[in-house]
Amino acid sequence: MANLYQSLELIKPEIALSIALIVLVTCDLIFHKDKKFIPYIALGGLLITGIFLLANSSVSGFAFIQTDLMGKIGLVAVDSFGTFFKLLVIITSILIVFFSFSSEEIQKITDRIGEYYALLLGMILGMFFLISATDLILIYLSLELMSLSSYVLAGFTKLRDRNSEAALKYLIYGSVSSGLMLFGISLLYGLTGSTNLYVINMMLQSPNANMFTLAFANILILAGIGYKISAAPFHFWTPDVYEGAPITITAYLSVASKAAGFALLIRFIKTTFVSFVDSTGNWQLIQVFDWKSVLIALSILTMTLGNFSAIWQNNIKRMLAFSSIAHAGYLMLGLVVFSNGGLLAILVYFVIYLLMNLGAFLVAMLIANKTGFEDINDYNGLGHTSPFLGIAMVIFLVSLVGLPPTAGFIGKLYLFIALVDAKMLAVAVIALLNSVVSLYYYVRVIKHMYLTAPEKETQAVKPNLHDTILVTVLVIPTLLFGIYFQPLVNWAKNSLEILGLM
Amino acid sequence: MLQVGLTHFLVVSAILFSLGVYGIVTRKNAVMVLMGIELVLNAANINFVAFSRFSGFGLGGQMTALFVIVLAAAEAAIALAIVLNIYKQFTNVNIDEIDHLKD
Repeated sequence: MANLYQSLELIKPEIALSIALIVLVTCDLIFHKDKKFIPYIALGGLLITGIFLLANSSVSGFAFIQTDLMGKIGLVAVDSFGTFFKLLVIITSILIVFFSFSSEEIQKITDRIGEYYALLLGMILGMFFLISATDLILIYLSLELMSLSSYVLAGFTKLRDRNSEAALKYLIYGSVSSGLMLFGISLLYGLTGSTNLYVINMMLQSPNANMFTLAFANILILAGIGYKISAAPFHFWTPDVYEGAPITITAYLSVASKAAGFALLIRFIKTTFVSFVDSTGNWQLIQVFDWKSVLIALSILTMTLGNFSAIWQNNIKRMLAFSSIAHAGYLMLGLVVFSNGGLLAILVYFVIYLLMNLGAFLVAMLIANKTGFEDINDYNGLGHTSPFLGIAMVIFLVSLVGLPPTAGFIGKLYLFIALVDAKMLAVAVIALLNSVVSLYYYVRVIKHMYLTAPEKETQAVKPNLHDTILVTVLVIPTLLFGIYFQPLVNWAKNSLEILGLM
Repeated sequence: MLQVGLTHFLVVSAILFSLGVYGIVTRKNAVMVLMGIELVLNAANINFVAFSRFSGFGLGGQMTALFVIVLAAAEAAIALAIVLNIYKQFTNVNIDEIDHLKD
């Protein structure tokens, strides 16, 4: 029993989240008439979870230790790496709740608003377990918990045909890839005799498994994870779902769901396929599967495809979807160097990506609320009629390109430093050329906002106080981290610990 | 008398998996695609149970299969709800025709 109490102690944030979910569903059932207060329950639950997370930030250890496995490894690993990603998810979720307050699409659904927040909390719970899971079964279960909630959320508003279409596409691509992943897991279980990542690691250290089957299993599992982070051959759902889903959910999928996917990918590879970390912080891979070449190929393919497809897009949500595919490619570059320096670059980049991507989606949402435009050609002259939103959008887009003095530059800088340290100059050059390509489609939006004269009088978009504060909250750190990034880097440096066997 | 061993189960599961993938790729009806996905999940289930039974890994695999069955049911419920919603709006469930989101 002592073991159980220790485990519960470690997963306090998840417990708080579950309680908030139950309270929210109950209140939704009891109060039929007035549901205005439901979002505040979600917000309160998220804040309490965040407080527990911060209190837990220096704690590390395994929860739910299995007695048959030497009595020290468990299902859930609580460590600073996981806490970092969980904090990112919580920050994104709180921002998304505020986004939902100012989103026209979400405010139109008054009677089903309880379901919206219940599904959102369910999705966050899935992400939390996904970030910490060290057992393939728990990974699969939490991945499904997260996916099932997001399928419904993608088609939640049902205002237009395209919502349902987005939900269907997300559902079909999602369940195919998670089915493939499960088959891969079953093969890995057959090859190693366990679903625990640490035991699999030990079995692979002295490999007598069939290399071909192992490679097949790894690729199937990578398909499941690659779909979550929208990496290249598994990205087909991204543009359609991002365009069709309500814009708050699009923003959420592009940041939080991707964060959980990346945490899973990094933890899976680090705990399963790395034999030891040497004194300079390089990860030594077990020679059973060439993850390095596979990931380099995927990341180059992902960013090139994302950037070149984004050039042709006219819908701002679709353009941002391809841009988020490209950013997944950049983020994978931090993993392919297989070192602590690369991991640091990923963490720094992710915080910055969160700010600038959510910011760009927020401005697009505010403009779409007022004018109904999502087409870039309709943005003509918006920079003059609504200067505040125009300037904010320029800052976010410049940051997405990665130009100084914005935070995006710092993120790219750390990635390139990691690549150069690992002597992967060719890959760094390709990434740099990709950034140049991305300049074109981001600047195109700015050009439409400031330099193209509108054909007819455009409506001015005047954000109210709530929206102004929200935009400011995202603009200030985007600028600040471009100049004063030391605290961010220190935070990331303290979050590199991924629990290993030793 | 032929002894049924691990290989036989693995062959069955490989056939099921291939049929499932074939169904996903070729079928146009959304419900048929979802049935293909069920085949893939069940192929994985057969693997789990067979490995657990014949390789002496303990009961972990059998337990996993139970989890997957429950999850497949949940997934089917949500999938059918979404497909029903599609049918109401488009009056068909042909995935090739439901393609209004384009560049």
